[in-house]
Amino acid sequence: MTANQVAFLLVGGLAALGATGVVACGEKPVRSALCLVLNFFLLGVLYFMLGAELLGIIQVMVYAGAIMVLFLFVVMVLALQSQEAPRHKERRWPLAIVGAIALAATVASVIVTFDPSPFSQPVGDGYGKPQAIGAYLFTEYALPFEVASVLLLVGIVGSVLLARRNA
Amino acid sequence: MNVNALIPTVDWRALAPFTIVVCTGIVALIIEMLRPRRNNNLVVGVSLFGLLVAGWSLFGMLGGPSDESFAGMILNDRFGQILQLVMVGSCAVCFLFSEPYLREKRIPFAEFYPLALWSTAGGMLMVSSKHLLMVFLGLELLSISLYCLAGMSRYESKSEESALKYFLLGSFASAFLLMGIAFIYGETASLHLGRISEVLGAASASPLSTIGAAMVLVGLGFKLALVPFHQWTPDVYQGAPTNVTAFMAAVSKVAALGALVRFLWAIGTLDTVWFPLMWWVAVATMTVGNLAALVQNDVKRTLGYSSIAHAGYLLVGVLAAFSAPGRVSLDATAFYLISYAAMTIGAFAVISLTASGQHEGTRFYDVRGLWKRAPWAAGCLVVFLCSLIGIPITSGFFGKLLIFQAAFDAGLPALAVLLAVNSAISTYYYLGIIQAAFVTEEGAVAPRFGKPSASLNLACAVCLAGVLGAGLFAGPLIRGMGTAEVGPPVGVPVQDPLTIHTKNTSD
Amino acid sequence: MGLVNDVPLQWFLALSLYMFVLGAIGVMVRRNPVVMFMCIELMLNAVNLTFLAFARYQPSGALASGDVPTAMAGQMMVIFVMAVAAAEVAVGLGIITAIFRLKNRADADDLGSLRG
Repeated sequence: MTANQVAFLLVGGLAALGATGVVACGEKPVRSALCLVLNFFLLGVLYFMLGAELLGIIQVMVYAGAIMVLFLFVVMVLALQSQEAPRHKERRWPLAIVGAIALAATVASVIVTFDPSPFSQPVGDGYGKPQAIGAYLFTEYALPFEVASVLLLVGIVGSVLLARRNA
Repeated sequence: MNVNALIPTVDWRALAPFTIVVCTGIVALIIEMLRPRRNNNLVVGVSLFGLLVAGWSLFGMLGGPSDESFAGMILNDRFGQILQLVMVGSCAVCFLFSEPYLREKRIPFAEFYPLALWSTAGGMLMVSSKHLLMVFLGLELLSISLYCLAGMSRYESKSEESALKYFLLGSFASAFLLMGIAFIYGETASLHLGRISEVLGAASASPLSTIGAAMVLVGLGFKLALVPFHQWTPDVYQGAPTNVTAFMAAVSKVAALGALVRFLWAIGTLDTVWFPLMWWVAVATMTVGNLAALVQNDVKRTLGYSSIAHAGYLLVGVLAAFSAPGRVSLDATAFYLISYAAMTIGAFAVISLTASGQHEGTRFYDVRGLWKRAPWAAGCLVVFLCSLIGIPITSGFFGKLLIFQAAFDAGLPALAVLLAVNSAISTYYYLGIIQAAFVTEEGAVAPRFGKPSASLNLACAVCLAGVLGAGLFAGPLIRGMGTAEVGPPVGVPVQDPLTIHTKNTSD
Repeated sequence: MGLVNDVPLQWFLALSLYMFVLGAIGVMVRRNPVVMFMCIELMLNAVNLTFLAFARYQPSGALASGDVPTAMAGQMMVIFVMAVAAAEVAVGLGIITAIFRLKNRADADDLGSLRG
């Protein structure tokens, strides 16, 4: 085992644990949200391991920072910590188990049949650097960039529409 | 790094309709902020004008050759242009009857217009791109606007609930779509559908690409309301404000179908995997949609199930075109989309009359006596429903006939027969709606309906012209369409999977 | 980081698929819309991890593999998924707040008025 592999097992294992916490603590949304923050933060570390440095930073700032703060804010404001009514749970479990088995089979089939031999890492020097990403974002990907700006405008106008008092 | 070498060539003309619609939305939003209160006429006028200009620019491009620009992100071909025209037209007709409806329901938000325009722009991107990133962004632009619009009627909990349901299931489906794209990217190292079809065609199917393709189909199937993923449709259609429902039924279905056709084209070589699957999905979608519609007692819900059934008919047309490339074209499907948009929006426009004051009831007994209050609208409703059934001289009849014929020509007789049987079943519930609208009720019925305004009558007239006009001029329209060339764009040396597609048909 | 990473690709895929499946199960099991939405975010992050893993490890069989553009496509996709997720969060939490203000509680099982 190399140092990288050990590091992955540590970080990835903790991230998986965080992900499990999100679902397992679902009756207490605040705990779910905190588990999700942990997971997002560790994913940022994994992005660094994959060489995507800029995206690792964005992941921590945007996801673990901004987006999760919004989630926690809404959870706190709505005081949704109120217990989930237990009556709902039994009814959903069969569906979940069927889904889980189907999806686990999918995962297993991908992992088991996965052939890693054609995959290599032909990365150049600029890989994941802000310069390279900026150069592409404002040339080849300028159109999606503009579309994303419209999308964020929709997000703003839409949330104003949903939050405004009936005038 | 030489940045100049990265700057792609841009075909501004091909980008014009999208840009015009987006900018119209921004202008409409600014006017909305500055307008005198309680009068949205200027917003509506500007929006309609913008849509008209966008439609005109699309119409001007119709004859031109198909090409690709912006590094393959914008594809300019016949099929995409026709679908974009249908969406622009649908949006305009929805705007025509939205204003009186929103006023009746006391929904004071003129943000409806910019959001609907941006949503249309998203749909236009979805059908005119061969880049999966653009398809995804277009889908999200379309959907996120619709999530907000579905929850626009803020005092009604059914509207808010439909927004929440639509939102949760919609983002769930988007996650599947994205995971599918990620798998396909892993297999082919590209997001461009032309390159993807090239790479997939060169190698044998791997589990990675197969599961990836299946996940993308799940995501698109949700948008199109194909059967295992249709449960949201009746709830959302019923809960959302009626003008939003009409918009959703037409624009989002057209956009999703366009994206589905583009995607199926790219994974054409994996057809042993997806073809049998989609065959069964088409059967289930037609049958479940129609059978469930039989037992409904709400008009909007019934029309929701009927839209599921129509998605099934459209899928038959798509499968026919893909299983017999060269002989059967997508013309029948494109024609059916045009007539579907006209008759669905028309039907919802008439149903929007049940909003009166803040109250709106859309159960069957709520539309009783409609013909007395609004004879013109009720008459139009009969034509729209006849077209949905598929009664001759309406475009719905010719659309179904063309798809039926296409399925036969493509060697899919079982699908053709099921389509006919399903049309027969659907007669029952459509006639139920007509009967309800024409039952006379003793006593005054008037206050239950809103006043049929001039713009609503105009919207009905436009849809009527669409339904009857497309029916009467079906021949010339089909000949003028020429969507057979959905194939690879000029200048890209891609082997066309449609021609090497020697096909197993699973029936 | 021009160095070749010696962690096998499957490890990254296994983690991301685990997160994706878990998120999907969470959406099906949990009834609190905020938690369901968090599970969807978990799924989106699994997608991002997959994209970045595939951007780094590329199939040699694919045409023009090792191209900067092909590696860039995955990273670009992640950037846009994040932008979309931000817009989705704004709208989604807006919807949840609006429904909560109307009904004073939020629970996906309460969406009962829409059954026919």
